[in-house]
Amino acid sequence: MAKKELLKVEGLKQYFPIKGGFLGRTVNHVKALDGVSFTIYEGETVSIVGESGCGKSTTGRAILRLEEPTEGTVEFQGTDLTKISKKEMRKFRKDLQIIFQDPYASINPRQTVASVLNEAMHIQNVLPPNQRRARIEELLETVGLRPYQADRYPHEFSGGQRQRIGIARALSVDPKLIICDEAVSALDVSIQAQVLNLLEELQEEYGLTYLFISHDLGVVRHISDRIIVMYLGKIVEIADKTSLFENPQHPYTKALLSAIPVPDPDAKKERIILKGDVPSPIDPPNGCRFHTRCPFATDKCRTEEPQLRTSDLMKEGHQAACHYMEDITNGKMQPNY
Amino acid sequence: MTQQLENILEVNNLQTVFATEGGEVRAVDGVSFVVPKGKTIGIVGESGSGKSITSLSILRLLAKNGKVNDGEILFKGKDLLKLTDKQMRDIRGNQISMIFQEPMTSLNPVYTVGQQISETLIIHKKISKQEAMKQSVDMLKLVGIPSPEKRVKQYPHELSGGMRQRVMIAMALACDPEILIADEPTTALDVTIQAQILELIRDLQNRLDMSVIMITHDLGVVAETCDYVAVMYAGQVVEYSDVRTLFKNPKHPYTLGLLNSLPRHDVDQEKLIPIKGMVPSPHDMPVGCRFAPRCPVATQACHTKPPMLESIGNNEQIRCWMYSEEWDGDSEVTLYGEKRTVKG
Repeated sequence: MAKKELLKVEGLKQYFPIKGGFLGRTVNHVKALDGVSFTIYEGETVSIVGESGCGKSTTGRAILRLEEPTEGTVEFQGTDLTKISKKEMRKFRKDLQIIFQDPYASINPRQTVASVLNEAMHIQNVLPPNQRRARIEELLETVGLRPYQADRYPHEFSGGQRQRIGIARALSVDPKLIICDEAVSALDVSIQAQVLNLLEELQEEYGLTYLFISHDLGVVRHISDRIIVMYLGKIVEIADKTSLFENPQHPYTKALLSAIPVPDPDAKKERIILKGDVPSPIDPPNGCRFHTRCPFATDKCRTEEPQLRTSDLMKEGHQAACHYMEDITNGKMQPNY
Repeated sequence: MTQQLENILEVNNLQTVFATEGGEVRAVDGVSFVVPKGKTIGIVGESGSGKSITSLSILRLLAKNGKVNDGEILFKGKDLLKLTDKQMRDIRGNQISMIFQEPMTSLNPVYTVGQQISETLIIHKKISKQEAMKQSVDMLKLVGIPSPEKRVKQYPHELSGGMRQRVMIAMALACDPEILIADEPTTALDVTIQAQILELIRDLQNRLDMSVIMITHDLGVVAETCDYVAVMYAGQVVEYSDVRTLFKNPKHPYTLGLLNSLPRHDVDQEKLIPIKGMVPSPHDMPVGCRFAPRCPVATQACHTKPPMLESIGNNEQIRCWMYSEEWDGDSEVTLYGEKRTVKG
C-alpha cells in the first residue's frame, strides 16, 4: 500500500515568552515544544499521548497556527503552512479542522446550531447560500442529531450532543485532516463510546485523516493506527499501535502503560511507579529530559540527549529516544528505585 | 464468603432531594450499601448518577437547598441523620474523613499546609499548637512528602497537584479516621501521579486498618482498589457485588453496557458497543426502571413498574426485572453481543 504524505512536521518548536521584571521584558521561555518531527499519511489516525504539559495540545495548535510556532516547518500536501500569509492560511483552514475538548466552551452560546454551521460554510465559501440549509440538515443527521434540532441553541443539548455539533461544524467544510484535541475526554464512557464510533464511521465514509490528541491510552489504543508518546516537549517514542502497546521500548512509555488501572481485578501487572513530578518546561533537565524520574538513568542520560532511533528489537517505523533501550528490554539493566 | 465481616457503615434506602427552580429533584433515591471494616467499597457511576451526593449525605455536607428525606445512615449502629450538628462535627474529620477531586480548591490558599493539618488536630485531639505542628510533619512524612519540615511551612500554591492531593490525604488521616471517603481522588491527576496516589491510599489503608469509600467514574480504579462495588445509575444503586463478580459476571444491563463502552488499553477490541441514548433528566425520570429507555432488552413491564434492589445470592444485589420471578421477557437474551440465560 503506497502511503501518501498528508502532513509533515519538521523540527517544530514553540517557546512561549515569560514577561516580567522591569518594563515587562521577556525574562525566560516556556519551552512547550522543543523540536518535534513526524509525518501523517492520508487516511490514517495518528495519536499524540502524554501527560499535562508534555506539549501535545501545543503541537495541534501550532500546526493550525492558532499560535505561531517559534521554529520548524509544517508541510501540508507540499505547502509549508508556517511560511504563507495569514490570508492564504485561511484557505487551508478548510482542509485542516479541529474539535476541542470542552463542547461547552467551543460553541457560541448565542448562535443556533444552523447559524454555527452556516458561518463555517460561509467563511470557507463551501456551498451557495441557498443549498446550505439542506446541507446543514444532512450534516446533523450524519452526526446522529435530528434535522429539526438545527434551530436550537447549544444550551438545549447535552455534552455528548454538543460534541456532535462540534464534529458537524468541522465536517461542514469538507476537511481532509481533523485534529481532535481531547475530543472525547469530557464525556462519560457510555457517551464517549458513541462519539468514538461516530468518528470511526465518518473516517471510513469521508476518507478523513485524524490527529488525535489524548491522555487516555484506552481511547488511543482503540482509535489509532500510529501513536506518538511525548514527554516535556519532545517525542520519546513513535510506533504503530501494536508495537507501542505490546513492545514499548522507552522507560517512560513503559511506566505510562503500567500506571493505567486495568478494569480487570485479576490482571496481574508489574507497576512501575515513577517518583516525583514532571519537571518545569521553563528549565527542562539537561540530557534526557526523563532522567530525573527514570529508574534506569545513568550519568550519560544526565548529559547527553538521546535521539530517536530504531533498535534491533523494534519493527521498522518504530522509534524511541533512549540510550539504553536494548539493555533495558533485555534485562541487562536493572531499575534503581 | 464465610467469615462474618463487621459492617462499620450501613446506608439504608437513602433519599436525598434538592429544591430547585424547576421543582424538587431526587438526586439520590433509594441507595443502600454496607461498608465492611477495613475494606474498600467503590461507588461507580457516570455524571449525575448521584454518587457524590451520596457521600455528601453521609457526612451531612449537603448544600442549603438539599436535604435527606428518608433512609438511615448507621455508623457503628448510630444513625448519623439523628445526631445534632455538634455531635456530627465530632465525627466529621475525626472518625469519617473525606478527600475531594480538586485539591487546589479544597485547600485554603492563605494558610500554610502545616496550619491546615494542625487545625484538625487541635479541634479533635485538643492538643497544643506546637504538638499539632509536630504531628503535621509526621503526617506529611506518612504520605510520602519529601523534606516534610520544609513543606509544612509552605502554601498550597507552592506544591504540585500530586503533592496537594497528598496534603489532603494527610489532613484527612490526621485523626485516624475509621472511614475515608475519597471522591474522585485521582481524576484531576495524570496517570503516573494517579498511580502514586492510589498506591498511597492502599498502603495507608492496610497500615491504619481503615475502611474506604472510593467514589469514581473510572472502572479501572474500581478494579484495582475496591473489594465491593455499588454501581449507580440515575440516583439509584442498580448492582452491588464483590469486585470480582462485578467484572467477571456483571448482571445489570447498565453495568454490562458500561463495561462494553470502555476502550481498553490492555486488549484489542473490534468495536465499542455503546449504550444508546442518554441519562434521563432528574426532572423527568422514567416511571418504570430508570434504565429502561436505554436498555436493549426492556419489556413492557420494565417501562411501567420500577424494580427493587433485590438480593440474588451471597452478597449480591440487583435492581432489574430480568432476574426476578416476574420477568416477562425471553428466557434467553442478547445483551451487547453476549447471550445470557435469565430467569423466566
